[in-house]
Amino acid sequence: MEKILEVKDLKVSFQVYGGEVQAVRGINFDLYKGETLAVVGESGSGKSVLNQTIMKLIPMPPGKITGGQILFHGQDIVKKTDKEMEKIRGKEISMIFQDPMTSLNPTMKVGHQIMEVLLKHQNMKSQQAKERAIELLRLVGIPMPEKRVNQYPHEFSGGMRQRAMIAIALAANPSLLIADEPTTALDVTIQAQILELMKDLQKKMDTSIIFITHDLGVVANVADRVAVMYAGQIVEIGTVDEIFYDPRHPYTWGLLASMPSLDSDHKSELAAIPGTPPDLTNPPKGDAFAARNQYAMAIDFEEEPPMFQISETHFAKTWLLHPDAPKVEPPEAVKRKMRKLSSTFDKPVLVKEGK
Amino acid sequence: MVKYISKRLLYMIVSLLLIITATFFLMRIAPGNPFTSEKKLPPEIEASLNEHYGLDKPWYVQYGDYLGRIVQWDFGPSFKYESRTVNDLINDGFPVSLALGLEAILFAVAVGIVLGVIAALRHNKWQDYTAMIVAVFGISVPSFIMATFLQYLFAIKLGLFPVARWETFSHTVLPALALGATPMAFIARLTRSSMLEVLSNDYIKTAKAKGLSRGAMIMKHTIRNALLPVVSYMGPLAAGIITGSFIIEKIFGIPGLGSHFVLSISNRDYTVIMGVTVFYSILLLVSILLVDIAYGLIDPRIKLAGGKKGE
Amino acid sequence: MQQISKEKFQIVGVKATDAERISKPSLSFWKDVSIRFRKNKLAMFGIVLLIILIFMAIFGPYMTKFDYSTNDLMNTNKPPSSTHWFGTDDLGRDMFARTWQGARISLFIGVAAAIVDFIIGVTWGGIAGFKGGRVDEIMMRIADILYGVPYLLLVILLMVVLGANLTTMIIAMTITGWINMSRIVRGEVLSLKNQEYVLAARTLGANVTRIMGRHLIPNAMGSILVTMTLTIPSAIFTEAFLSFLGLGLTPPLASWGTMASDGLASLQYYPWRLFFPAILIALTIFAFNVIGDGLRDALDPRLRNKG
Repeated sequence: MEKILEVKDLKVSFQVYGGEVQAVRGINFDLYKGETLAVVGESGSGKSVLNQTIMKLIPMPPGKITGGQILFHGQDIVKKTDKEMEKIRGKEISMIFQDPMTSLNPTMKVGHQIMEVLLKHQNMKSQQAKERAIELLRLVGIPMPEKRVNQYPHEFSGGMRQRAMIAIALAANPSLLIADEPTTALDVTIQAQILELMKDLQKKMDTSIIFITHDLGVVANVADRVAVMYAGQIVEIGTVDEIFYDPRHPYTWGLLASMPSLDSDHKSELAAIPGTPPDLTNPPKGDAFAARNQYAMAIDFEEEPPMFQISETHFAKTWLLHPDAPKVEPPEAVKRKMRKLSSTFDKPVLVKEGK
Repeated sequence: MVKYISKRLLYMIVSLLLIITATFFLMRIAPGNPFTSEKKLPPEIEASLNEHYGLDKPWYVQYGDYLGRIVQWDFGPSFKYESRTVNDLINDGFPVSLALGLEAILFAVAVGIVLGVIAALRHNKWQDYTAMIVAVFGISVPSFIMATFLQYLFAIKLGLFPVARWETFSHTVLPALALGATPMAFIARLTRSSMLEVLSNDYIKTAKAKGLSRGAMIMKHTIRNALLPVVSYMGPLAAGIITGSFIIEKIFGIPGLGSHFVLSISNRDYTVIMGVTVFYSILLLVSILLVDIAYGLIDPRIKLAGGKKGE
Repeated sequence: MQQISKEKFQIVGVKATDAERISKPSLSFWKDVSIRFRKNKLAMFGIVLLIILIFMAIFGPYMTKFDYSTNDLMNTNKPPSSTHWFGTDDLGRDMFARTWQGARISLFIGVAAAIVDFIIGVTWGGIAGFKGGRVDEIMMRIADILYGVPYLLLVILLMVVLGANLTTMIIAMTITGWINMSRIVRGEVLSLKNQEYVLAARTLGANVTRIMGRHLIPNAMGSILVTMTLTIPSAIFTEAFLSFLGLGLTPPLASWGTMASDGLASLQYYPWRLFFPAILIALTIFAFNVIGDGLRDALDPRLRNKG
């Protein structure tokens, strides 16, 4: 499979009043062609910053990439100038934002907002671009696209605006689409439609998707792989099955246990994760999750855990996988779903620094 | 839209009626006013006043007649000078005031927007600080001080421009600058803040994510939206220009309506004060209404809402 | 792998104190505001300027042996010197004493107008916002119509009719000046009223006065304060403006406006007579403007970039 994106030890921080917030603290992951990677985590875990950094959309200053590489088709995006980024944004990588109510320009016709991408990246003439815009609107399931193309965003419903956003994002056939909580602001029924649409279009266009969400239900629905983020780091990454049926990080357990499920005829309690994420101006010593972790060990408060590999595709960053660590039982809600997956190694393997 | 305009039109008429009524009754209670005829007036003026205001008739008849005449665009005679009517003064002075006012508005809008846009695009850099310090000074220095300062420095000391009067273009430069300085500063601040607000919007991020160049993003997505609040400032701007012109015209000896008005105030020429006030009020309210309608036409969000934005 | 002692792998669980600890010291609202305000150099400069102005308004007239209203026809139109620090005017009155006497009057007019606006505006806007419905509709329509009346024209008209003195000047300025304040207060009250914590307080059975006192007024205080700060320079400006039209205070009373207006006539020959009052008007308006801006930015960091 072709690797289209490779993020290596990426670090991003923001200069704010009161210090430097280390929003992204050393992240590694790969993304393959046609694949959907979900990035999950609480708000403030750095997932949006990570993804805006991939497009270099974070405001700099106050934001700053303090280390690492983002290799897109083998080229390092970190080093690219704004002018060079213009050729990548919208054409190679595009983005859908959370709130369709605010992410379209209220004083510009929807059609025109789609046409902008085509005029910029596809060298189309205005008439041709308009026809293509109508086609795109039809593609994303907007009825009467000939009429809609001349309307303003406020004449669209929330779901339709998000469809229009998708049309804008996909207009130039990008190889990577970053969707930043694209369904969070929508009604549940509309959410499902938008997810279906995205899956459908992905199949047609063979686009890779990074899907940012805090909703594990959505993850199960769309993703091939899942990265769990906490305090600016990926704490566990693996295939959907691995994350749902064989999670290893106590934070992932916490997330899964706090997810309500329909099929739970057991009177299972919804378990909340106590406390709040740490302040990233002063990241805590050791494991950032330790203070909220009921399985925390003494070492967690002293030393940052390394990444352990559980299978070809499954990694987790917790001391619990250390050979000396005691065997612990995950919460009931998680344990019930646990399965033995065939691909799992006999023993977790410590990943060498710098991979 | 039609509903919106008719609603606004109604408010405007009520406001106008209030002003006309207020001026009428205020002038009646003013000390030494023409209606009480305590002072002995020259017979010609008394005759003219009697004819115009029917001073022998009861007050409600006088009030009704007064309203009727204003509808016919007749603002009455002068209380001091028998041969002149307020309409004469308006016909004579208003074109001059209008020319001065438009020049000042042009200056204020052009310079203000440019300063504001530069400040926003160079946010927290020296250009921003410079522009905003210029703006704060523009707001803090009242127009009459600005006018005398400009006159003293550029006309009296340096001799670059004529000191006073209204003949050639160079006569208009200093007064227009003095008159436009404060609104220019307001527009600069307004443009800057509104640019910054627009720049922080999600759709700017969308535009960036599309790969638009900074220039295209600013021209197509930022400036247009950022100038909407500036358009709605045009109403207060007109008011500021009108009242500012009283003093500027006086300082520079410009024969505009503002000068006439100031003179009528110091002469206590009540009927002229009354007539010119009503004229200015009509002018102002109509221009504010036109600005609001224009705003509705420019901003597509308002078109269908049929009401004031944000209410 | 480096050796890690086995004891380190004992499970110790959640450290409750750690999880709930908030790492950054939390600041009370007004403390936070004051920190942000103090970081604003321009606003702090405005504060210093204002303190000096107020100090001089109080003590300035006593610093010189001359009285502000005593004529000295032997020493008319003298330029600034070691005897008359700011020179003298056309009646030989000491400009230094007059200037600071004028400061008292100009500042008084500004503050009085702001206070009257505050009282009427907060009452009107507060009632309209809190009652809502028809009451609000009617009250705000009245305000809308009054708002349509051109402010300075009405002020001029009133001054012509009522005659110029301190009381009529403040009446004239506040007769429509309160509308802005009432709109702001109403807006604040309306938006606060529907905010969840107020709804929560209501559901919990807190009564109306309690809600008003505990939640609405403190939260609206910010915008009220900013509006008041910005009303003062506008009133000082209006006073000066009226003086130029010959509608200002009558001698021997001196305000900056009347002094500047007198000075204007003799600008070519005795420029200092305009210079001192004019500079002080500008400085005062400047000080209040930057304080008001700074206050607004400090109160709402989201609006930091506004105007």
